[in-house]
Amino acid sequence: MPSKSAGLAGRTFAVYAKDIRLELRTRYGLNAILMFGITTLAVVSFSLGQSGLSPKLLAALFWIIIFFSAMSGLAQVFIREEESGTALALRLTADPDAIYLGKLFFNLTLLSVMVVIITPLFFIFTDAPAGNVGRFVVVLVLGVLGLCGATTLVAAIIAKASVKGALFSVLSFPILVPLLITLTAATEKIFDGLTFTSVSAELQFLTAYAVVMITASVLLFKFVWQE
Amino acid sequence: MYTLKASQLAKRFGARKVFSDIDFQLHTGQSLAVVGPNGSGKSTLLKVLVSLLRPARGRVEYAEDGRPMDETTIRNRLSFVAPYLNLYDHLTAEENLRFFCTVGGHRVTGKEINGLLAGVGLEGRGHDLVDGYSSGMKQRLKYAVALLGDPDFLFLDEPGSNLDEQGREMIRALIEKRRQSSIVVIATNEPQEVGLAEQICRLGG
Amino acid sequence: MWWKILIFMAMAAVIVFSFVTPMPQAQIGSASRIFYYHIPQAWICVLAFAMSMVFSIRYLMYRRPAEDDKAVVAAGLGFVFCLLATITGSIFAKVTWGSFWNWDPRETSIFILLLIYGAYFALRGAVEVEERRASLSAVYSIFAFVTVPFLIFVVPRIVPSLHPEDSVVNENLRFTMGPAVRAIFFSSLALFTVLYLWIFSLARRVRVVERFRMEQED
Repeated sequence: MPSKSAGLAGRTFAVYAKDIRLELRTRYGLNAILMFGITTLAVVSFSLGQSGLSPKLLAALFWIIIFFSAMSGLAQVFIREEESGTALALRLTADPDAIYLGKLFFNLTLLSVMVVIITPLFFIFTDAPAGNVGRFVVVLVLGVLGLCGATTLVAAIIAKASVKGALFSVLSFPILVPLLITLTAATEKIFDGLTFTSVSAELQFLTAYAVVMITASVLLFKFVWQE
Repeated sequence: MYTLKASQLAKRFGARKVFSDIDFQLHTGQSLAVVGPNGSGKSTLLKVLVSLLRPARGRVEYAEDGRPMDETTIRNRLSFVAPYLNLYDHLTAEENLRFFCTVGGHRVTGKEINGLLAGVGLEGRGHDLVDGYSSGMKQRLKYAVALLGDPDFLFLDEPGSNLDEQGREMIRALIEKRRQSSIVVIATNEPQEVGLAEQICRLGG
Repeated sequence: MWWKILIFMAMAAVIVFSFVTPMPQAQIGSASRIFYYHIPQAWICVLAFAMSMVFSIRYLMYRRPAEDDKAVVAAGLGFVFCLLATITGSIFAKVTWGSFWNWDPRETSIFILLLIYGAYFALRGAVEVEERRASLSAVYSIFAFVTVPFLIFVVPRIVPSLHPEDSVVNENLRFTMGPAVRAIFFSSLALFTVLYLWIFSLARRVRVVERFRMEQED
């Protein structure tokens, strides 16, 4: 036996790289999440037109679009393992921490790609005032972290249930309420052109939320994964 | 020297009792055949042994030189081949091998991978997607994955399923070789495969 | 047996006294009598959910089906009392604030609690294998509870309250609780708690018997 084997980082990366590779070959999650995002955005933009919506409304719309797109694609990463019958093989070989972290990074990548594509389209379609781009990006990054941190564990849960799709949003929404409220509030302030210090409380909250949810997920994941 | 010990094992699904009072002890170099009609719980017993399922009663113990092994070590030393354990269809054979090797905590070189593939009669097919494999080839690849890291506990559920006569012959030779150095548990009704094990555990009646 | 009769009589007495004694809050009028029921219900809701989470943690630690039984029973009762508290609160809101629902911080929090437990039971309904159902729902209820502190922080800050500084209920508790009101209120609180624990043990025993009979069948 060779003595040197991959540590947690290496194993996490192996899971992540495997999922990215599968995603690039099948486009299972990305297609769903992108098409859902673009469709929702188009519906919102058709029905509201460009006539001066308030920053509050724009901020809420933006996060509703992101939320529903996330709900359409982020569960795939675990459902795929169950449906292809590979979950058991994975469970027998890999440690739960590496699996959770690998899947979390995969979801972060997926949602980031989606946000990078949807956000410019959102500004084009709705003519929202961008405010300060840098600040907006910070809120986006924290939002993506919070969303994936909270929903990746839920994705693992629902992958083992019999009705998957609807259950994912049902289980995720109550958990995401504080996050979505704060994201909307912070985004509204940035659209209003307020300074960074005025959103500092929100930014602290978003950071704490992401950290707490990811920590709780790491602790709880093995109970989901090994039932 | 490794030991696998089952004591007073019982499993039920809801109200339905699958099996009860399973007792055995195996040391390195010993093997066990689990036999019984369809639906008698052979696969369930194997799943309980590898802790994919929790027993309703009883214990499964893994030990190395008499000391109990922890979860991570067990995972590292154990391999399981079964019809319900699939490999990734959208990865190539080699990618599958490399993936399971890394997450399983092993290291492997390109040469070793080719050796493993050749050992199960898949030389030259390492760069093909598993999706395009026949079911027999997939079964062969599962053996290649199972042999990664030289397991000390080998669990085989229906080892000959989907294989042609030549494949079965190869698997029998492989089991014959492995059982000197590891603990082998086979769930099967195939007389030739049962004959490879020295202990027998009969389920169902 | 005797204590059950005692609870029955005491409960009846509290109900009668809650209507014949002077109103707890004269400004609001007789509607304020609802607080003898509303607050104990809300308290039971919180108690039941906390118990459910403790039993969920214990289930994951010891993997005993009995812990899961207790977690479900507590969650189910918590859900019922949560509904009752929502309804009584909503009636009170209609009388004092003019509409049944205002997204006041407390209303928002209780709404999300209802959603969490609705989701909990939806999840249980969607998993057939018993052990899997037990551990998945235990994880969910723990995970959902992790978000409660965030909720407490975020809801009052961002959704403006109808009565920001002194909500009617708080005012009642702090200032106008005379000796009679106090006696009725705390009796009610204690009786609701005993009633809840009694229903809890009954429902738990029903599940124990069901499990026992199921195991006897084979």
